[in-house]
Amino acid sequence: MRLDVRKTYKLSIGGAFPRSESGRSYEVSDHKGGFLANFSQASRKDVRDAVVAARKAFPGWSGATAYNRGQVLYRVAEMLEGRRDQFVAEVGASEGLATRKASREVDAAIDRWVWYAGWSDKFAQVSGSSNPVSGAYFDFSVPEPTGVVAAIAPQESSLLGLISVVAPIIVSGNTCVIVASEQRPMPAITLSEVVTTSDVPGGVVNVLSGFTREMAPVLAAHLDVNAIDLAGAAPADVADLQAAAADNLKRVVTPRAEDWHVDPDPGRILAFTETKTVWHPMGV
Amino acid sequence: MTTLALPGTLVDAASSQTALRRFLHDLPGVDQVGAEARIAALSTRSIKKQAKLQAIDMAISMTDLTTLEGQDTPGKVRALCAKAMRPDPTGDAPPVAAICVYPDLVATAVDALQGSSVVVASVATAFPSGRSSLDVKLADTKMAVDAGAAEIDMVIDRGAFLAGDYGKVFDQIVAVKQACRDAHLKVILETGELATLDNVRRASWLAMLAGGDLIKTSTGKVSPAATLPVTLVMLEAVRDFHDRTGQYRGVKVAGGIRATKEAIRYLVVVNETAGPAWLTPDLFRFGASSLLDDLLMQRHKQQTGQYWTSDRIPVA
Amino acid sequence: MIDLVTPTWEYAPAPEARDLANIKPSYGLFIDGEFVDPRDGQVFKTVDPSSEEVLAEVATAGPADVDAAVRAAREAYDDTWSKLSGRERGKYVFRLARLMQERARELAVLESVDNGKPIKETRDVDVPLAAAHFFYHAGWADKLQWAGLGPDPKPLGVAGQVIPWNFPLLMLAWKVAPALACGNTVVLKPAETTPLTALRFAEICQQADLPSGVVNILTGAGETGAAVVGHDGIDKVAFTGSTAVGKQIQRQIAGTKKKVTLELGGKAANIIFDDAAMDQAVEGIVNGIFFNQGHVCCAGSRLLVQENVHDEVIDRLKRRLGTLRLGDPLDKNTDIGAINSSEQLERITSLVATGEQEGAESWQPDCVLPERGYWFRPTVFTKVEQTHTIAQEEIFGPVLSVLTFRTAEEAVQKANNTPYGLSAGVWTEKGSRILWMAQRLRAGVVWANTFNRFDPTSPFGGYKESGFGREGGRHGLAAYLQTGW
Repeated sequence: MRLDVRKTYKLSIGGAFPRSESGRSYEVSDHKGGFLANFSQASRKDVRDAVVAARKAFPGWSGATAYNRGQVLYRVAEMLEGRRDQFVAEVGASEGLATRKASREVDAAIDRWVWYAGWSDKFAQVSGSSNPVSGAYFDFSVPEPTGVVAAIAPQESSLLGLISVVAPIIVSGNTCVIVASEQRPMPAITLSEVVTTSDVPGGVVNVLSGFTREMAPVLAAHLDVNAIDLAGAAPADVADLQAAAADNLKRVVTPRAEDWHVDPDPGRILAFTETKTVWHPMGV
Repeated sequence: MTTLALPGTLVDAASSQTALRRFLHDLPGVDQVGAEARIAALSTRSIKKQAKLQAIDMAISMTDLTTLEGQDTPGKVRALCAKAMRPDPTGDAPPVAAICVYPDLVATAVDALQGSSVVVASVATAFPSGRSSLDVKLADTKMAVDAGAAEIDMVIDRGAFLAGDYGKVFDQIVAVKQACRDAHLKVILETGELATLDNVRRASWLAMLAGGDLIKTSTGKVSPAATLPVTLVMLEAVRDFHDRTGQYRGVKVAGGIRATKEAIRYLVVVNETAGPAWLTPDLFRFGASSLLDDLLMQRHKQQTGQYWTSDRIPVA
Repeated sequence: MIDLVTPTWEYAPAPEARDLANIKPSYGLFIDGEFVDPRDGQVFKTVDPSSEEVLAEVATAGPADVDAAVRAAREAYDDTWSKLSGRERGKYVFRLARLMQERARELAVLESVDNGKPIKETRDVDVPLAAAHFFYHAGWADKLQWAGLGPDPKPLGVAGQVIPWNFPLLMLAWKVAPALACGNTVVLKPAETTPLTALRFAEICQQADLPSGVVNILTGAGETGAAVVGHDGIDKVAFTGSTAVGKQIQRQIAGTKKKVTLELGGKAANIIFDDAAMDQAVEGIVNGIFFNQGHVCCAGSRLLVQENVHDEVIDRLKRRLGTLRLGDPLDKNTDIGAINSSEQLERITSLVATGEQEGAESWQPDCVLPERGYWFRPTVFTKVEQTHTIAQEEIFGPVLSVLTFRTAEEAVQKANNTPYGLSAGVWTEKGSRILWMAQRLRAGVVWANTFNRFDPTSPFGGYKESGFGREGGRHGLAAYLQTGW
């Protein structure tokens, strides 16, 4: 009988996999209440480090061409497909789903990622414009990525919901710090492994496992975070997080009831972009 | 070494601060994206076999083997000179063009290189920053020339240039050229600090109008150092200068060129921009230290077909 | 002192491996997912224009073959393709894109050998752009409701597409990628002299497990093209080629319900002002007319140079042309390849002779022409006026006509003084002038301080007799959807 090599689950910061600087970990159970694994319990210092990594990665990622970002993200989809079985097992164990239902989740998640990858070189055409101003000026508006975006991943939907929150952030060139689902973090850590082995530069996607209530307020108040998606925040906490976000006028996406299986619109991409308008005279 | 006379229009251009500014600002602009596209196209040239071997030997013979460290000693300089004269005892590589050192080590280099074709170049003028008085810079130059340096690598006053005081930059170069006596003057533009290709064009012309024999990209102490687009603009400048005056001025690229492949890209740009007349150590130089080792490695590979080891390349 | 003996540094031959093209002795037609023999058994040969060597035997699709292909496309549309979700359709198109990337080198060599253009261009421009077109359009397949063309835009059905010989694989990509992404099926006829990359694309369709009949490739000449265009089972016609044939096609489908887009010829003005970034402008002239041997519909074939810098620009241009390398297309250092066919070579030669007769002055750099194959040296005509034939007619070869202008208004006037209107170039460091010119130039594509740049996201197409409809970008999708106009 062969003993398997069990995996240790760590954080993902700047393309590396450190344990929490606090040394803490916490137990995550499977849906039956049995032991699933120990996960790193991220501290506020880990959050700080993740934001630093995300900020460092922003110029490179936002400076890449849309085509290049699309290629990189499409490659991630290929890697996701390659790890399909692993994800099916992990989603099944995390969410208590039988193989057939877990497969449905994973397939939808991979397709969702592909859907977002295809927006990279298109959303500017849909949301940008040339504006027919009065006067001899050429006037155009383009969407630009806002910067570092924090996201509280959905608590229940450990892969499909996660991907539906992560992909729209980075497709436009933002970098992100993701607070994984507290009780279902396993697919998020595996996703971070996929991202790290797929040409995505380190620091573009940083994933922290641990207690949402510990990390969310730090991110909401962090002055070097430009926007925050509160999808996975507890309803009771939302108002406080929104108030904290006001300190640097973060763009906030507030949670609402979502059926992650329904095809989205590009709104979540555009929520994390800024519109830049440029004027230039037209004259000999 | 007297400066050859310039045609009247160019003499007028240098006659006052205003005239100089007008001349430099009237030069055609450089479209950065277009220049980079040209470099990308030239970088697709495939240089193989005999052409590659020829390029390697050209590059070796164009190298200014350089040591410019606070920790330089006479011993280090002597070792470098030995390598300069005979880069590869196991092969038949040509000697390099020059050694480049700080002024206080020129005498050591001159002594070590006696009887060889390798000349001694010295940096001067408060290298690398150039932040000092003209008197200090001239004294620095005189020290190197008196010790026997055949070439002086000076730095321009970038602060004055960026502040628009072209006259000050010009006058300094003229004064240093005079202090050089018979030595050749290389003028380091420090293109990494000039920031735009338009500035590189202007600084190139300014340096040539003031009498520089050769314009050099960088001190190697600041990043970015030499780049292909910057070199393209400088080669266009020497080509255009030759068109207007009939005089040849050279270009030296320094800093950050470590691989043979990269050096050959530079030679392609020289060949197809200024022209084959510039493919000579008199008119084109590589300021380098570790590049020489890679050139020797590639030379062996071309000759034997085997990938070489740096264990077999003597260090200096 | 300085040794003024000019050293010579010859670039050694750097040939790409010819057998990477992997050419079979003969090819059939690609109908309903398989290669089949033509029903009437007609074949023709395709040659390598740099050597006149025969490459392969290729089938001519007769009326029965055209009929079979259109029926296969119709069945595939009705039974399979129109029933797929946009998401699944997109995944097929992603596969095609990926396979083109994987087989990029083979495709580049094949294109170079069949067309005569340098490997440097097929490797760095044609093939990567073609793959990129498939990538871009794959992503639209499940996003059409946001393309600004209605909440639920529907495909047209079966598209009949006829493409030219100058960018065979790239033109195939410009046609097939949007058609498939929007839900149509395709019958495509490549040009007579350049069928091979289209046939290789058919193999790629097989490798991608693309459902049979979604893409059909019919090789043949003008008659085959006319048969495709004229077939009743075609809902949409897309043609890239000469203006003369474009007009024929518009006549041919008059009275039918077929939608049509045409991308035709051009006689673009490349306009250089006295304040241009000179060295880059000269590169822009060279790219504009000598890239792809001038076989480019949007080529900058008329240089309009501001009179006060004419001599300087021409001197710089002549010096620059001295570094152009003409020769074996498979040599990685070749800049100028072969003319695609003897017919095209004759046309170029004849128009150049006309140019000389009408009083323009011609100049060519010294290039040694290979003994076999179809070759023409880059040619610059100065002292050209708008009344000259060579200023009006599209030569489609490496021949530049140089005219002058005094003011921006005059430049606009001369630039627009043509029935064509595909593209234009403007070279000046003054931003407001670029925008003022762009506003007034009657051309579908205006390049400022650059030329001959293409991107799948950027709509391309002409004004006036250069055609109508756009390819690429959000606007290009309209050609393949029921938009009502």
